[in-house]
Order: sequence, then C-alpha cells, then structure tokens
Amino acid sequence: MPMPNARAVTENPGPVIRVAELTVRYGERRILDRVSLEVAPGEIRVIMGGSGSGKSTLLRHLLGLERPAAGHVELFGRDINAIGAQELFELRRRMGVSFQGGALFNSMTVGENVQFPLREHTRLDANTIRIMSRMKLEVVNLAGCEHLMPAQLSGGMLKRAALARAIVMDPQLLFFDEPSAGLDPVVSAELDELILRLRASMNMSIVVVTHELESAFKIADRITVLDRGEILLTDTVENVRRSGNLRVRSLINRIPDDSPVDADAYLERLTRTD
Amino acid sequence: MVRAFTENLGRRVIGGVEEFGYGAALLAESLFWIAAGALRQQPVRIAAVAAEMVRVGVSAIPVVTILAFANGVMMALQGIYTLRDFGAESQVIPGLAMSITREFGALIVGIVVAGRSGSAIAARIGAMQMSQEIDALRVLGVNPVRHLVAPILLAMVVTVPALTVLANVVALLGGGLLCSLQMHMSLAAFTELTLAALDVSDVSQGLTKSVVFAVLITLVSCSNGFAASGGSEGLGQRTTRSVVLCIAAIVIADMIFTFFLSR
Repeated sequence: MPMPNARAVTENPGPVIRVAELTVRYGERRILDRVSLEVAPGEIRVIMGGSGSGKSTLLRHLLGLERPAAGHVELFGRDINAIGAQELFELRRRMGVSFQGGALFNSMTVGENVQFPLREHTRLDANTIRIMSRMKLEVVNLAGCEHLMPAQLSGGMLKRAALARAIVMDPQLLFFDEPSAGLDPVVSAELDELILRLRASMNMSIVVVTHELESAFKIADRITVLDRGEILLTDTVENVRRSGNLRVRSLINRIPDDSPVDADAYLERLTRTD
Repeated sequence: MVRAFTENLGRRVIGGVEEFGYGAALLAESLFWIAAGALRQQPVRIAAVAAEMVRVGVSAIPVVTILAFANGVMMALQGIYTLRDFGAESQVIPGLAMSITREFGALIVGIVVAGRSGSAIAARIGAMQMSQEIDALRVLGVNPVRHLVAPILLAMVVTVPALTVLANVVALLGGGLLCSLQMHMSLAAFTELTLAALDVSDVSQGLTKSVVFAVLITLVSCSNGFAASGGSEGLGQRTTRSVVLCIAAIVIADMIFTFFLSR
C-alpha cells in the first residue's frame, strides 16, 4: 500500500487541508452535515461515496468555489472563506485541479491549455513555457498531442490533458474529480498508476473524489467514506475493507439501499401540490 | 389566484433587481480590472481585446454597411414623399442628417451588435459555465471577469462607436444618392447642406448613446452567460433572453436619452 511521503511530512507537519464542521444547505435540504477531515502533506486521500452522497459538493467547498452555511475550510493553514481575494489567488497557485469532464478550454489547443497557467502567472518566455508544457504532456503520456483541440481527444486523453494542466505549476496539492468515470478498466488503471507516479515524483498531496472502489483501494493512503452528507468513516484501505459499518459494507459490496420507506412521507410526496 | 399573481410578480421584481445589481457589480469589477489589473500583475490582455474587437467590430462591418445604406435610402424616400405634399422637399436633408447622426446610426449598430455579438457572447460564456471552464479559470487563479468580461467591455466601447460613425456615413451616403436621383442635385451639394445642418452635438449625442449601448450589450450578454444552466435547452433560453433583453435595454435607454437630450 502506498504511504504518505515521509520527507514532506517532516518538513511541514501541519495538515494541507483541514475541514471543520462543514455544513452546507440548499434551501431546506442539508447536503453536508458537520463534515470534518484533515489531509496530511504527501497523502493521497480518496473521498468515496455513492451518487448524491455530497462528495462533489464537498470538493467545490474545498476548492473555494462555494461558501458554506457553517464551518471552516483551511488550505495550507488559511481559512479560504476568511481571506481576501488576493490571498486566495496566491493559495490557488499552490494547487491544481482536474475536473471530471476535464474542463479544458475548448477554444484552445491542448498545448495552449497546458501553457495557460504559466502564461497567466509567470514571466517566463514563450520558448520556456512551450518546453515546460511539453514536459508535462510527456509525464501524462500525451507527447505530440499539443496541437489537438479538446474535441479531438478521447475520454482518457481529456483527463490526462486536464491533469497536465493541473500539474504544470508544480502544485503542492492536487484535486482529482472522478478520474475513472466513463473510462474503460485499462485506461482507468493507467490513470491510477499516473496518480501514484505523480505523488512519488512531485511530493504532492492528492485528493481524489471517486465512486470507483477498485481505483480507490489501489491509490488511497486513507479513504473518507461519505454518505448522505455525513462522513461514515475515515481510515486506511485495509480498515475500510474490514469495516463493520453496515452502510460502508453496502457501498463496498454494492448492495442497494433498502432502508424502509416511511409510509406517511411517501404519501405526502405523491399528493403534494407544487 | 390573486396571491399566486402577487407572489409571481414579487419574485420577478426581486429577480429583476438582483439581475440589475449583478450587472452593476459586473461593470464595477470590469472597470477595476481594466484600471488596476496591471498593478496586481493580472492585466487585461491586449490580445484578448484585439480578438474581441475583430469579432464584435470588424466582422460586423458588412451587415452594418448594408443595413445603414438601406435605412438611409428608406428614410430619404419617406422624407421626400412626405414633404413633397408641403412643398418642403429640401428640408429632407437636415432631417436626414439629424435623425441619422442623433438616432438611427447608433440604433442600427446597437441592434446589429446585440443580435450578432450579444447572442454569441451569452452562448460562449454559457457553454463555458456548463462545461466547468469558468470554475477551471477560478481555481487556476484567473478571475473570470478580468479574463472574459473586461476584454469584451473594452472592445465594445471602442468598436460600437466606430461602427456608429461608419453607419452614419453610409446611411447619409444612401440618403444622398437617393436625393441626388430624386431631387436632381449633386452629392457635393448634398454633403454641403448636410454639414451645414449638423452640429457637433448631433454627432456626439449619437456617439454617447453608442457607448451606453456597448456597455448594456456587454453586461446583459455576459450576465446571461454566467447564469446559464440546464443543458442545451437552458443555454438556448439564455441566449434568446440575452438578445431580447439587449434590444429592449437599447431601445429604452435610447428613449430616455432622447427625452433628456432633445429638450
């Protein structure tokens, strides 16, 4: 099992991410309920859960894309909802994000997409920027694809191109949303290997949001299992596998949720006039 | 029934106020980045402004030319036939000069740009919003308003007045050609009479309106793009809404301007 990078832990003992009592509501609905977690430097943390468990909402709050109803999200020791725009801007330069659909800029080539953060945040000359982007494309096995447009890429290539853009600034923290979604098992396994290689070579902390069990068990140092907006469990892969928690077991063994239906609530849903 | 009506009305009023506030915030933020972006090492890219100027301005030249010319011809025709009954055909020239420079040049350009670029901007930003490209910009530490809206605003406030000048000249040329045919006068004489009828304030009134139209088109189309959701259906609705609101805003702003500036 891969372990957190020892050197990074020694240099910076504080957690890279600290979430405390995070609560998110959309109207009356509570999407996340007092979620707390910490991610250590060099750790690969997988946030796992079924559809509607709140993992995408949690990711958006970790990225500072939304403000919570209550609770705190700290990145590198700074509360991202309490700092100014400029400080948040500086923090974001230390992290990379690979979105589920890639979110590559469709009007740019793959090469321009990867070069984009360097052009925006550095004063490097065009030649250096081109070389650096090619290096990152080599890392994700997309050498020679820089002239392609995003629409010309397959699903796996899109994710790898997005990953190249996410790591081009050598971030200390990488977020990866559903790396395996929509990919065949071979391509999915390649991406898992790539994530492990990146951690080993770049000393970065990686947060992966996924519902793919096989992938989660392969890459995670620790897994946080999220269900209906609550954290059921945060533990190592072995302990999650051995967990006696019924809901965790249901998720791992792919057993549908057969919790009994409240008859009154069911009747109310059917007869409600909007 | 009454309750539902008032609730619906209230919701729409609140929505309208929210949208107006959002547009105002978008304008303030864009102006901030234009003025202070370089100081914060996040300048508004000149290349992006130039690209928008080509999209908004250069590409619109053919359609603006055709519409302005046709409009000038039609206005001259209507003016000649109407004034002929009063024996005042010669008054068509000052009428044309003032109505085109004060009103119709800017209005034609505003409507053309709203239809062409307003819809394209709303669709482009809306598609980016739905494919998480806007989120990607934010997490890459790039302010979407600085990257997307500020270049469009700059390009609009330069190209829409420039197109208005073009529309004025072409519409007057169309009117002049028609007058020279119908009234047996030379184009030189038409030009002389037109310049004699015009004041700097007539031209500046039209150009001031065009700057206001440029700002309105930018804010309405960008805010509709950012608010897009609900897949291709939602994107289509936002694009249509953007064009309709742009044209409505232009006509209402024009009316208010004319009311105050013509007193």
